[in-house]
Amino acid sequence: MLRVETECSFIYMTDSNTNSTGTHLAIKTIAIGGAAGDGVREAGINFSELFTELGYKTFSSFDYPSLIRGGHNYARISYSVNTVYADYRELDVLIAVNAESVRVHQHSLRAGARVFVEEAYLPEIADLGIAVIPLPMKKIAEELKAPQVARTSSAFGAYGYTLGIPLNQLKALADKVYANVGSEMNVALVEKGYAHMKKMQYPQDECAIPTEHGIVGEVTDGNKAIAKGFLAAGLEAYVGYPMTPSTSTLQFLAKMSKKTGLKVVHPEDEIAVLNMALGMSYAGKRVAVGTANGGFALMQETFSLAGVSEIPIAILVSMRMGPATGVATHTSQGDLQFILHAGHGEFPRLVIAPGDVEECFECAADALNLAWKYQIPAVVLSDKHLSESYKSVTLDTKSKGPDYGKRAVPVGTHYVRYKITEDGVSPLAFPGKANVVVKVTSYEHNEEGEAVESAEEVQAMQDKRFRKLNGLYQDFAWFPTVKTYGDEWSDVVIVFWGSTKGAVLEAHKQLKTPAKLVQILWMEPFDADRVKAELNGARVIVDVEANHTAQLAALIREKTSIEIHNKVLKYDAQPFTPTDLANEINKFL
Amino acid sequence: MALDLTTDIKITWCPGCPNSQILVAFRQAVEEFVSAGTMELHNIVAGAGVGCHGKISDYLEVNSFNSLHGRMVPSLTGIKLANPKLNVVGFSGDGDSFSEGFNHITHAARSNSDISIFLHNNQVFALTTGQATATSPKGFKGGTMPEGSINEPINPALIMLTMGATFIARTFASDIKKTKEIMKEAMLHKGFAFVEIIQPCITFFDTREYYKERVYWLDDKHKKSNLDSAFKVARMNTADKVPCGIIYQTSKPTFEELV
Repeated sequence: MLRVETECSFIYMTDSNTNSTGTHLAIKTIAIGGAAGDGVREAGINFSELFTELGYKTFSSFDYPSLIRGGHNYARISYSVNTVYADYRELDVLIAVNAESVRVHQHSLRAGARVFVEEAYLPEIADLGIAVIPLPMKKIAEELKAPQVARTSSAFGAYGYTLGIPLNQLKALADKVYANVGSEMNVALVEKGYAHMKKMQYPQDECAIPTEHGIVGEVTDGNKAIAKGFLAAGLEAYVGYPMTPSTSTLQFLAKMSKKTGLKVVHPEDEIAVLNMALGMSYAGKRVAVGTANGGFALMQETFSLAGVSEIPIAILVSMRMGPATGVATHTSQGDLQFILHAGHGEFPRLVIAPGDVEECFECAADALNLAWKYQIPAVVLSDKHLSESYKSVTLDTKSKGPDYGKRAVPVGTHYVRYKITEDGVSPLAFPGKANVVVKVTSYEHNEEGEAVESAEEVQAMQDKRFRKLNGLYQDFAWFPTVKTYGDEWSDVVIVFWGSTKGAVLEAHKQLKTPAKLVQILWMEPFDADRVKAELNGARVIVDVEANHTAQLAALIREKTSIEIHNKVLKYDAQPFTPTDLANEINKFL
Repeated sequence: MALDLTTDIKITWCPGCPNSQILVAFRQAVEEFVSAGTMELHNIVAGAGVGCHGKISDYLEVNSFNSLHGRMVPSLTGIKLANPKLNVVGFSGDGDSFSEGFNHITHAARSNSDISIFLHNNQVFALTTGQATATSPKGFKGGTMPEGSINEPINPALIMLTMGATFIARTFASDIKKTKEIMKEAMLHKGFAFVEIIQPCITFFDTREYYKERVYWLDDKHKKSNLDSAFKVARMNTADKVPCGIIYQTSKPTFEELV
């Protein structure tokens, strides 16, 4: 946390439940809009870091079309002295790099919103009749000989001025946040933006900024947290193929490969990705794979191979809006049932769906460890909104470590890869050990790993593999399969999963009645007893998810017989936003 | 002391199938390497795809990875990448690697992945009872094109050469000694080694006589390090003569050293 001499008064974060009713009013939301190529995404990340340095908690999402130039991009940053779980649609600030941005967001502006518009485009939006603050971002960048892609930095200076934050504080923040990309230039841009507002004599707020109590460690997204989770659990190799929204995990790990010795491979297609990873795991390397839902579709037969060959593998699958190529850079929760039933044939698998950045870290570590403990495929199920949104967090990277599972130390006995055991887990050995022959196969097999077809042998191996589930059922006690928030005593229950968590936690602040919020993390195996305990006795249950067919509700009914009639379903490729969601849930209350 | 590389599994290839000769050649190659101290038995990994060729995995008391149809090649690269001390070979078929798995074998050649591929080329999908593959001749009458295949066959050795494979050889299954020698050269080669083994299917497409008349062995006059000579030989019209032996060999950094 940056310590700078300031005349601002301090806002203290309360120790009480930061999720209580009314606290959403303290949240401010900034959107930065422009065309692809205007540096909108980078500006959004920088703004979230700047406000985090100032002592705020932030949550930022990024909306961009599937192209390289043009179109409309926006970054939306919600910040508050309390934890922000999701970004709000309603804007307190809009920084419009182009005219289109004002048009796109005009109906989301709060009363009194500060709308900074590139001065050059003022005539184009005159017809909208919106009160705007002209800001010559282009000209300022030109005067400073700065690249145009950095021009939004002056808007930080301008907005900071209106908040009453002293210039020296704004400059110090910029100097720190832009350190890796050219702080001198960005500090100068900030200064010019501040000076422009001062010259206009624009009214300033009374400066009030957070204290340093409980300041968080970093601003990061789901994909990076997943990468860190895999690393904490002893990742040695990662194989992936670029596909939004999983690509950044691959590229984050590729960047660190040279320094750390981590093997990172991008082969010819997704089928090669998973097959190559299985080869690495067979030879003893702790490997994970990452892809999007469409890429995972290509991996189906190989996923089935993972199941029958019992080669440990962790797989990140991040969903985007389908079907097929779909809305490539937008979000969805439309593949839960697909993932649950992935791969032909029947075999145990683990499917965990984290709901926020912290859980991305924890669930990824758990998935890799449990894949090795039970020699099963383990999926970490994310989506574009979770994978790519930035949140202020402190990841407790020491809280997870590698668990290597049952290893074979055969002395004198003949090693068989698929020894039939009571718990279903065979001792694991790798090729390269004297007097040990390790045979794995895609065929149904005997204990040696040779192909078989007889009824008794087929049944014996099927039963052995399914016995592994017993261990996972025991593990329910040790892992957060289900989490509850909000008013735990309430008979109104909101049930949800994945990235929807953020919007539900925020929406809770605007619900008509108290409600218990139930998040399901472990999809398979499913902790039916726990879910029943949380849902039984509820007077009203509302299911919230971003898909058309209410896939979580279907899973709950399948596993517990509890039928949920009230559903809030969103399948327009956009994430839930808190106020809109609260309005929808309130219809059932 | 003879190494016993047999398993308890009964061989189910048709009696007289050249696959049995390929099995013998490989077992002899391994026995020779192990007794000479060139390789340790436990460091050898044999992959197999799915097809008649794929059953070889059950007949070898050796580390093995019997993969999905067409998908063995990337798993072998993964194995070598994970443990470079391992000697990684794979048995595949023309259907397995030149129909289903074409994208994988071509990219493995291009990347110079340090694995050896022994391709059982019988120009037919035999295990599924006789359909045309990418290497079947035009007009081949199989189950899915009973009027005769409408497509021209591809030439595996030429494809491998185009894709930058650093060791390309062709052999004929019935010549067990030559096959064994070429297998050994391939396994010693550092980089991607491709060996096309002409393996006539005595049940669905018996080309034994056809190839016996046409196979000849390249002599020292053939410059195996010369790309132009290699292309000339690889491109030869197999209607008349089928050159066997090492067609091309060169040295390049391997994929696994570069990752």
